[in-house]
Amino acid sequence: MQQFTQLVKIVSNSTKTNEKLEALRFYFTHADARDKPWVLALFSGRRPKRTVNSTQLKQWCLQKVDIPEWLFEECYHSVGDLAETIALLLPDSGQQLSTHPLHYWLDELAKLEKAPEAEKQQFILQAWQELDTNERFVFNKLITGGFRIGVSQQMMVNALAQTYQIPPATLSHMISGNWDPRQTSLEALLQDTGSGADASKPYPFYLAYPLEEDPSVLGQPEDWIAEWKWDGTRGQMIKRSGQLFVWSRGEELITEKFPEYTPLQNALPEGTVIDGEILTYADNFPLPFQTLQTRIGRKNVTNKQLQEAPVVFLSYDLLEWEGRDIRDKPLQERRVLLEQLVAQVNHPTLRLSPMVTFDSWQRLIEFRQQARDMGSEGLMLKKRSSPYQVGRKRGDWWKWKIDPFTIDAVMIYAQKGHGRRADLYSDYTFAVKDGDKLIPFTKAYSGLTDKEMNEVDHWVKRHSLEKFGPVRTVQPELVFEIAFEGIAASNRHKSGVALRFPRIHRWRKDKTPEEINTLADLQQLLQQYKG
Amino acid sequence: MTPVLQFTDKGIYCPGGDFYIDPWQPVPRAVITHAHSDHARLGNQHYLCHLESVPLLQLRLGADISVQGIPYGETLRYNGVSISLHPAGHIIGSAQVRVQQGNEVWVVSGDYKVENDGLSGQFEPVPCQVFITESTFGLPIYNWQPQAMIFGDIRKWIYENQQAGKSSVLLAYSLGKAQRLLFNLKDLDTPIFAHGAIDVPHQVLLAQGYDLPPIQRITPDTPKADLKKSVIIAPPSAAGTPWMRRFNPYALGICSGWMQVRGSMRRRNADAGFALSDHADWSGLLQSVKATGAEKVFTTHGFSSAFARYLQENGIEAEAIKTAFGNEDEEAPQEAGTETAAANLTPDNGTAAAPAAGESE
Repeated sequence: MQQFTQLVKIVSNSTKTNEKLEALRFYFTHADARDKPWVLALFSGRRPKRTVNSTQLKQWCLQKVDIPEWLFEECYHSVGDLAETIALLLPDSGQQLSTHPLHYWLDELAKLEKAPEAEKQQFILQAWQELDTNERFVFNKLITGGFRIGVSQQMMVNALAQTYQIPPATLSHMISGNWDPRQTSLEALLQDTGSGADASKPYPFYLAYPLEEDPSVLGQPEDWIAEWKWDGTRGQMIKRSGQLFVWSRGEELITEKFPEYTPLQNALPEGTVIDGEILTYADNFPLPFQTLQTRIGRKNVTNKQLQEAPVVFLSYDLLEWEGRDIRDKPLQERRVLLEQLVAQVNHPTLRLSPMVTFDSWQRLIEFRQQARDMGSEGLMLKKRSSPYQVGRKRGDWWKWKIDPFTIDAVMIYAQKGHGRRADLYSDYTFAVKDGDKLIPFTKAYSGLTDKEMNEVDHWVKRHSLEKFGPVRTVQPELVFEIAFEGIAASNRHKSGVALRFPRIHRWRKDKTPEEINTLADLQQLLQQYKG
Repeated sequence: MTPVLQFTDKGIYCPGGDFYIDPWQPVPRAVITHAHSDHARLGNQHYLCHLESVPLLQLRLGADISVQGIPYGETLRYNGVSISLHPAGHIIGSAQVRVQQGNEVWVVSGDYKVENDGLSGQFEPVPCQVFITESTFGLPIYNWQPQAMIFGDIRKWIYENQQAGKSSVLLAYSLGKAQRLLFNLKDLDTPIFAHGAIDVPHQVLLAQGYDLPPIQRITPDTPKADLKKSVIIAPPSAAGTPWMRRFNPYALGICSGWMQVRGSMRRRNADAGFALSDHADWSGLLQSVKATGAEKVFTTHGFSSAFARYLQENGIEAEAIKTAFGNEDEEAPQEAGTETAAANLTPDNGTAAAPAAGESE
């Protein structure tokens, strides 16, 4: 556990990529062989099943340190992380009593799944006693999940690639898919060349960078293919060994969530992998993203959901064909094969993402302006000759989103953030005008520079109308321009609308609260663009 | 009956004795707990403080101020009100102010810490009916390690930096934390360099005979080769300025109680954070409040509301008050260490006198 705690300390505190890489390389060279696959799993979002929940952790901590719940909450809002709050609240023995390795703790935690609550409590309290403050933080983090602590998937791939002398793209593929850190050693994983040991193994996704300039910088229009950019969730559909597997971009196997895809198990030819978009779709038109949200994150789908939010797979690309990896073929060849495949399968659930034909950049600019009417969020530009690469790469693929909607709004509540924004008022709620009332309509967490955020934080502390607890009601004075990608009706919100990807576009110091937009402005946008 | 002390818009006022304690607007008579700029401000006609604070007040407020220094425990009387100063352990010369009128005793803690740092005296709880306490770190997540352990970590960090061919830049408030670091690192076999803002009080304190190690002030002429693998002490305001470039390659360590929380450290882009504070931690605050035997406690500075509520729920009448110390409630975490005086940003001639608010954490 010490080795891993040290690794976590370095990667979570360092701001320098090289230091983090070095720490990862060091770890993967020296760590206990049974710990390594766990670390790979934790840092690539394969978190172990939760056997103890946050509420239990909190209750046991409260009992142990004997403080009231409100004080725990105050601490939590200052720290911004439950695992860390608990680690700091517990008395520190000042010494390490435990020498158990990481996998020991993870195995023991897994064993608790069906254990009675008293047994879980006893185990956790014992662990807290044996570990020092830093280890305790890591231990709690193993339980609360979400090991997002400054290591990106790409960084880990690079570190492993350097340690094991394997090209990053190959390595990325090796560590993808379905494997269990309890059953697999890192070495075994890195010897698997994708030769079929794991039929479900997906290819790493190729991701596009945003295009910030005029498309004419890309050269000749005839070298490029354009497609609509769909606002669903990216997925990979695999048919191998007679089985169908659907992966999300987060490398989660989500086949079961979409019964619509079941018929494709027979319809798709063996040895096929398609890259595409999982999208709710009716009457030949995409439904708003919010409808897809009713489908993701649910174990069981009801008939009502199936009817109201039917899902299709809109195909972009063909990665494996007749059992062969064809990612190195030029896009235009893959596209021809994809078109043949979709035609051959001929099933309403498997669709082709249509190409946008254009002969000049000017024509494409006009298409982009129609994107919203198509139910899309912009265009994708892909070079005809491009191979299917690994990860986010510049050059061949670009996403060219439409300009966001914007609304001027006033800040009415502020709340402290998490992580590096802990103890900083960084999460705000905004309101528009409705006559002389202010109607909250969205929260936004990002978009300000650190400097601006400090300034707002400072202001919030001086202009709070109420104090206590995490949320401050502030004088409605600061005006911000809020940008967002989409708008949908919502009966869960007082304003009657829900926004997609709201963020702060800029701080309008030049505007007063009297000049902000109105609820009527939002309703008008809704009428115009509801899916 | 008028209370012994009142909270006014100029500061904490004693109507019986007609004086203020750490006023934030100019008054005729100011009793000063310690020389940090949020407690000792310019413009008062007369200052009273602990003997060891006198040279620091003169340094920061001007040599010509009218100031009287008294030792701990000596009692002065104004109009039947007795005043005495008692060790607070915060920085050199820091004091709690005890005010007695008739049988009623009020104590203003100023800033304090319970652990003896070797320079600032040993904090003593003073029995009283009413205790006005700071509460900068008034949450139970703030419990400090013994300083011996923290200095062990700092030494280890310096050693590892040297092994990696790097200098170690430690950010510490120029008055208080910097001396505490120097005092506790005086046996280091590495040369210690310092920013002008650190050197100025250092020279004053050396002249007073404090047991501090020699330091080398960094000037534009300091050879870059001398700085290699050395230890450098700089004020927090130096972080991110071009002045730091000369130390490359270096690692940046911040010494502040706020470093207890990972988020604060990450926000400051430090390589290392050492939770070394000159303020009392949660258990220090509780222990001190109980030891005074006070019936009523006022909390100020930092997590004052939470601390007051906790005391209240534990049978001690308590109330949070607003003062201009540490600027304002909860503000310190973000502004920790932004010694805002522009003077300090002209690093190579740190002769300027007065760093401003927010200095003490």
